[in-house]
Amino acid sequence: MKVTKFTYLLVLGMVLTMAASGCRKKPGYVTNIPPGHTDVPTDVPPAPPLISSSTGTNNPSSTSSGFPQVDPNQRQNWPRDAKFFAAETAHFDFDSSVVKAADKPKVAKVAEHLKSNPTHAVEVDGHCDERGTEEYNRALGERRALALREELISLGVDPNRIDTVSYGKDRPAETGHDEAAWRKNRRGEFLLETPPGTTP
Amino acid sequence: MKISSTLGKLSIGLGLLGFALASHAQIEITERIVPGKTPPIWVSLSGFTGEAAQVLQFDLYVQGFNFTNSEGAQYLISGSNNGNLQGRVTDRFNKSVLVSKAYSGASVRRQVHAFADDFVQALGRKGIAQTKIAFKGENGANGEIYVADFDGQNAQAVTRDNTIVAAPCWVPGHLALYYVSYKLNHPDIFYQNLSSGERRIFARYGGSNISPSVSPDGSEVAMILSKDGWTDLYVGSASGGKPTRLTKSPQDESSPCWSPDGKWICYASKERERRSLSKISPAGGQPQRIPIVLGANPTEPDWSPDGKWIAFTAQYRDFQICVVPAEGGEAVTLTAGEDASWAPNSRTLILARRVGGGRYVLSLLDVPTKQVKDVPRISGSASQSQPSWAR
Repeated sequence: MKVTKFTYLLVLGMVLTMAASGCRKKPGYVTNIPPGHTDVPTDVPPAPPLISSSTGTNNPSSTSSGFPQVDPNQRQNWPRDAKFFAAETAHFDFDSSVVKAADKPKVAKVAEHLKSNPTHAVEVDGHCDERGTEEYNRALGERRALALREELISLGVDPNRIDTVSYGKDRPAETGHDEAAWRKNRRGEFLLETPPGTTP
Repeated sequence: MKISSTLGKLSIGLGLLGFALASHAQIEITERIVPGKTPPIWVSLSGFTGEAAQVLQFDLYVQGFNFTNSEGAQYLISGSNNGNLQGRVTDRFNKSVLVSKAYSGASVRRQVHAFADDFVQALGRKGIAQTKIAFKGENGANGEIYVADFDGQNAQAVTRDNTIVAAPCWVPGHLALYYVSYKLNHPDIFYQNLSSGERRIFARYGGSNISPSVSPDGSEVAMILSKDGWTDLYVGSASGGKPTRLTKSPQDESSPCWSPDGKWICYASKERERRSLSKISPAGGQPQRIPIVLGANPTEPDWSPDGKWIAFTAQYRDFQICVVPAEGGEAVTLTAGEDASWAPNSRTLILARRVGGGRYVLSLLDVPTKQVKDVPRISGSASQSQPSWAR
């Protein structure tokens, strides 16, 4: 009698279990996909007024963490002359941001001009060849520009007069796909910045 | 009649336990994933034609399914697409019906994507066929940021600046992006809300502002800045204000990404001239190198949404996508390509593959099976790269 009762309860439990786990419903319903997709508006407004950004300190001290840079808005409207220092373009070894000894006289020439023309500034553009990955190259290009900036600072140029921009591999000097082209693309260029309304 | 109370309680208990287990709707099926070495799940397709068949095959292939006849398949997928789509999936072994649905509205493509999602969801997985990507589309040096379906369809430019752009990154859970633009002749990080069209400059400090990466809760942005004179990792509040400097190293850090729990930022680093991957807390502190065996010169990490894997680009003679366990270990090389971004299912990656002449195409890879397929040709730009999967 007891066994029967136990069996009865066990079977009841199993039946309840199976009922709960369920035959899957045979859905006859239709899934309706809403027509309006999340379309992205193509009317992109022009860039709004700039938010203020940190200008860093004016103290050209301590290489233990790098020399701070000025707000790019300060000289945004200064004309850039890419030809003035074209002969001073420096080149770099693969995956390197070390300023070569052979290029130091070029950097010295740029420093000389800046020291003789206290109202002028310079933008250093760092570039890479196509062989690295994109964001790595963007950072490496910036490192090359920063290395040339540090060289200028060591020659007595105020850090606040030197801007850096990296173009990664986006602006090659040569469009070939061999070392002859790559060598020319691993470079830092100096762009003369002059106050608007003056002549260099 | 008296029941022995112990036995009675036991059998009631068993019955209730069985009831409780069965009514628990979400039983987690843990698939055993070995990157690159997991066999596909075999399915058969019948009754689908034309675009519907193509789209269904693509959607399933890049999620680790492969196709055979009904005798060899684990799941039988049948249906029709005369006008609207009808689809049915049966388990060949236990005969159970996983999906049986008819779809209407929108387009055949979208109906198929919904069906593909219904199938994988019946297997306990996250669907990806109705998700979005962002990427950079270029014609020469200049380009625009694009948004598209995960398979590259319906690509739309969301910028119109004709300038150098880079590194789009989604705000998790939102139709919004951060990206780099040289619109002001300077690499600055922009934020753009794709629903409203609102755009603002997020970071425009001296030096270069690059490689934005948004935290999982959307509240912070990691980025590489050189405003203090070195290329270092910073993290800033999405609502603005002075960013916190996390590294102080004359070496180049690049490509930050977040762990899905928001506790770590992983990035490409350099130690004694050797490239490595490191991680650091967004609150600061000592960075830790992620130990990687095999997988040379790692860059461009991306952390899987389930927290288990880090995908990265290794550089040998060419670039290869690898994955490594998030805590470090042996890397597995999977396919040629760069800059991978994980899908929400933590198994599919979108990546960029070089095709010569400085151009890239986008490609989808299923990590467990190594099944890979290029995204079909996207018009409007000669080259597509730097994809970011919306999560």
